[in-house]
Amino acid sequence: MKILVCISHVPDTTSKINFTDGDTKFDTNGVQFVINPNDEFGLTRAMWFKEKQGASVDVINVGGPETEPTLRKALAIGADTAIRVNVEAKDGFQVAKELAKVVQDGGYDLVIAGRESIDYNGGMVPGMLAGLTGANFVNTCISLDVDGTAVTATREIDGGKETVKTSLPLVIGGQKGLVEESDLRIPNMRGIMMARKKPLSVVEPSGAGTETNAVSFEKPAPKGAVKLVETVDELIDLLHNEAKAI
Amino acid sequence: MSVLVYTESENGVFKKASLEVASYAKGIADMMGTSVTAVAVNGGDTAPLGTYGVDKVLNIKDAKLDAFNAAAYAKGIAAAAKAEGAQVVVLTQSANAKYLAPLLAVALEAGYASNVVSLPESASPFTVKRTAFTNKAFSHTEISTEIKIVGLGQNAYGLKEASGAAATEDFSPELGDFGVEVQSVDKATDKVSIADAEVVVSAGRGLKGPENWGMIEEMADILGAATACSKPVSDLGWRPHGEHVGQTGKPVASNLYIAIGISGAIQHLAGINSSKVKVVINNDPEAPFFKAADYGIVGDAFEVVPELNEKLRAFKAANS
Ligand SMILES: Cc1cc2nc3c(=O)[nH]c(=O)nc-3n(C[C@H](O)[C@H](O)[C@H](O)COP(=O)(O)OP(=O)(O)OC[C@H]3O[C@@H](n4cnc5c(N)ncnc54)[C@H](O)[C@@H]3O)c2cc1C
Repeated sequence: MKILVCISHVPDTTSKINFTDGDTKFDTNGVQFVINPNDEFGLTRAMWFKEKQGASVDVINVGGPETEPTLRKALAIGADTAIRVNVEAKDGFQVAKELAKVVQDGGYDLVIAGRESIDYNGGMVPGMLAGLTGANFVNTCISLDVDGTAVTATREIDGGKETVKTSLPLVIGGQKGLVEESDLRIPNMRGIMMARKKPLSVVEPSGAGTETNAVSFEKPAPKGAVKLVETVDELIDLLHNEAKAI
Repeated sequence: MSVLVYTESENGVFKKASLEVASYAKGIADMMGTSVTAVAVNGGDTAPLGTYGVDKVLNIKDAKLDAFNAAAYAKGIAAAAKAEGAQVVVLTQSANAKYLAPLLAVALEAGYASNVVSLPESASPFTVKRTAFTNKAFSHTEISTEIKIVGLGQNAYGLKEASGAAATEDFSPELGDFGVEVQSVDKATDKVSIADAEVVVSAGRGLKGPENWGMIEEMADILGAATACSKPVSDLGWRPHGEHVGQTGKPVASNLYIAIGISGAIQHLAGINSSKVKVVINNDPEAPFFKAADYGIVGDAFEVVPELNEKLRAFKAANS
């Protein structure tokens, strides 16, 4: 089985979010970038397929050279090769189109992406990629088993979960649950040394355009201070009369 | 020309989020001087849709669609959008809507903006405000395609009644290959789900153990709320994973979020920022959650919660 894991290069969760150029650009100053948490679960599941079922695992990112350390980290975790599509990622559709070309040219059976990335939280790329390549698609995937081309997957739904059957070729939008958190891997020294020698190929983009455009950004207005109360009677009164929440 | 809205129902009854997206679609239709068509799948009584501004309902009736299927639903909605000459398609941000929206975007070659929080700032260029960076910012996003798809965040717009009646027609589009087949669904039917809840009562590691959740469930019961928890609580197996709220868990956009014994780590707050009123009960006055809260009590959950439950019960009895 040939697996491609999509790796989004995102600001670490604890990063302060600021904008520059008249609030039109994300300010990367002092921000540490990491593998998108949803993708990390997917990458670890892919490693399981590699070790237990002999799959090959490539990782891919659509982005500029600054995303290469994140791809190297994925190689250090155990992916075989990395691909970077050399274009600034501007919207989900553009990213999905660039990925679709690599998926089709590379003949991948299974593409594992994260249900959303924690920068723009679009939740678009996996579904669009499935739509563009004609592969089956399972979103919010929390367990995945492949036997030949037959697939059993579980996905989270509002208020519960459901189990589905489908077949390869498949794209999933993965998330926490795909593997136990304790199984997530931290690159060790050997992995890091090996990652240096693994191929990271840079491919030029097909030139797909965007369909949406983030014109400007804004931070939420600062919140008023919390009202601390001494008694539950006071709380109930405020919730009823002031907040109209009960 | 029209605004198309996908309205979800459960057992034939339209969900509140569907009435909200109908209201929102009516708002856009008024801006653009056009009408609203709803697509329903095995929808029952469509009268409520008329009350919230829908002019026409295309009801796709097909027993094969009783179990949700993203590819087939996307095909059906795309066919409706084409039949109606829709310029804008509006969906909720339920798990199912988020699942089908990107497939619909490909089928219609339409730009899609998710997590939108208000009416378009302008119709031409079509610009909407959406959350970004896990609720730490907003992005003003322009959609440049002929057809635009908007995913409206839960409780972002509210319900707006409009006088009108919806004419309902059966609609039978070609649904194509299903690709994915549902084997089994595991869902607590008697509980309010976090996604639909008006009120969410959530507790964290401060509760010390799963045996102490009785008082949390009791509060949820009194308030008709869904129960939720922080990540360590579900990791420890005290509560099911589906209840875990936050960046790696579920988003909550309820009217009222009550957080008990939760520190308010940034990853947890990322999931609750779009809730309207936040109440925190924590014994540590320095807990970061107090900075994000509207109301707070500094106190021991094991003393505050039982008393609060008792008084809430009396309040509900007196006010219902
Ligand atoms: C990549 C990443 C993603 C993450 N995603 C999430 C996520 O999606 N959701 C999430 O919740 N977390 C997430 N976390 C974890 C997060 O950082 C915190 O560790 C977590 O939210 C803490 O949970 P807690 O507040 O229940 O526990 P604790 O940090 O242990 O806090 C418990 C709180 O309870 C209070 N308390 C103790 N006893 C009492 C009492 N008797 N009465 C009242 N209050 C009491 C304490 O003062 C404390 O504030 C993530 C972390 C990482 C690194």
